[in-house]
Amino acid sequence: MTEENLVEIDAVSFGYGRRPVLEGISMRMPRGKVIAIMGGSGCGKTTLLRLIGGQLRPSKGSIRVGGSVVHELDLEGLYALRRRMSMLFQFGALFTDMTVFDNVAFPLREHATLSEAMVRDLVLMKLEAVGLRGAHNLMPSELSGGMARRVALARAVVMDPMLVMYDEPFAGLDPIAMSVVGSLIRRLNDALGATSIIVTHDVVESLQIVDYLYFVAEGRVVGEGTPAQIRATELPVVHQFVHGEIDGPVPFHYPAPEYDVDVGLARARAEAAHA
Amino acid sequence: MLSRASRTLTRVGHNFIENVWRAGAMLRFFFVVLAASGTSVRRFRLVMREVYFTGVLSLIIIIVSGLFVGMVLGLQGFETLQKYGAQDSIGVLVALSLVRELGPVVAALLFASRAGSAITAEIGLMKATEQLTAMDMMAVSPMARVIAPRFWAGVISMPLLAAMFSAMGVFGGYIVGVVLVGVDPGAFWSQMQAAVDFQYDVMNGVVKSFVFGIAVTVIATFEGFDAPPTAEGVSGATTRTVVSSALTILALDLVLTAFMLRGGT
Repeated sequence: MTEENLVEIDAVSFGYGRRPVLEGISMRMPRGKVIAIMGGSGCGKTTLLRLIGGQLRPSKGSIRVGGSVVHELDLEGLYALRRRMSMLFQFGALFTDMTVFDNVAFPLREHATLSEAMVRDLVLMKLEAVGLRGAHNLMPSELSGGMARRVALARAVVMDPMLVMYDEPFAGLDPIAMSVVGSLIRRLNDALGATSIIVTHDVVESLQIVDYLYFVAEGRVVGEGTPAQIRATELPVVHQFVHGEIDGPVPFHYPAPEYDVDVGLARARAEAAHA
Repeated sequence: MLSRASRTLTRVGHNFIENVWRAGAMLRFFFVVLAASGTSVRRFRLVMREVYFTGVLSLIIIIVSGLFVGMVLGLQGFETLQKYGAQDSIGVLVALSLVRELGPVVAALLFASRAGSAITAEIGLMKATEQLTAMDMMAVSPMARVIAPRFWAGVISMPLLAAMFSAMGVFGGYIVGVVLVGVDPGAFWSQMQAAVDFQYDVMNGVVKSFVFGIAVTVIATFEGFDAPPTAEGVSGATTRTVVSSALTILALDLVLTAFMLRGGT
């Protein structure tokens, strides 16, 4: 473990039951950087976040966060580590029975012994940072998708974590909301001096805000680099993904028998030839 | 033919093993909830909030049902007792039926349908929308913050609701027996007071409702926590809560009644 890396993933393998998801994957996440993990649906990106957060245990390899091997920690140690990290879920995962204010205040009230006046100041400060101070009395059901994501972002950074993990932060957002969330991720990361890991398949937005990218396919890292390197890469899988090509190393067609065999053309041709 | 019988046997065996496994998992869940109850004691307002949702909001259905059950008992009791010239004992019949059996059992069945299903659906939806995972990632135990307060709220609410059900039932019996049919009010109350033993009848009813409260809330919270995180999963879990609670309440009632009758002889 080197000082400059906050997260180190070494030869990690993981599977759900007999289905392997990650196979010997290794990554480095330097402190203060915004790192993107990209890849097609079902390639194991979210699983990787859950492994870093200690919700899953790798079958092989190790994951270190801030010097601690995550899967070797007991529950107390894991909770101590999680107090210094946070995660933004794909659809926000706001507590639906609480107002926006109470959602953002939740981690403070659970972990810190602050006066209610201090909690109020901190919560309003974080909501101001995401542009939603005026919405603090609303319920989650009254928010749009983009607003919910921003409230979840305010909640994720309210404890000033050292590591913030984002699971598909741009999914389902309109272009304006996507830009807002992207810019907030970058600004908050720099302001807090935190490290951010973004799991996404939104290429355009990610290339604008991240410092480094990893591409994952079939459980392995198939490409990595800075945004400039990724834009210029000739690696077929990465090139197909970045340029949104329909066919390539990731095939358009799900494996199937030959089309003319399936629709009976081959047999008809054979019969015609025989006759 | 043999293969069909074999398949049926396999399915029955599989279901049996599955149910035994779930019962074991539920028992383990119960002990984990007890171990995670420290927060509920330290921050009792979390429990009180849930008492409002599970107990106070169940009051209307309990009061109305108790009143109707008591009135029906009054009518049926009067019909039978007057054949033996014992219609003045209608108060005894209504009160004993309610405090020993109907109060705890019917209140628990209503509690399972109204509050138990709501607890399961709420926890199941929290799981499906990743709220429980988010809480866990914030280093806040969902078991201590979400499950244990709901469990204790159910355990506290159930005996109070059963008492309210029995009280309303007695009132319903009074309306039918005294106001409508004309039984002497003095006889109604004095015979009831003489026949109902606080220790043997009332306290046994309280014990029953306390046990039913534990059973219903453990089933409701377990089913919600264990629900697959899909719309179908939550709906199935809610149905299982109502069905399992009803069967468990009736089975426990039989066992508890057998023990209590033995104790009373």
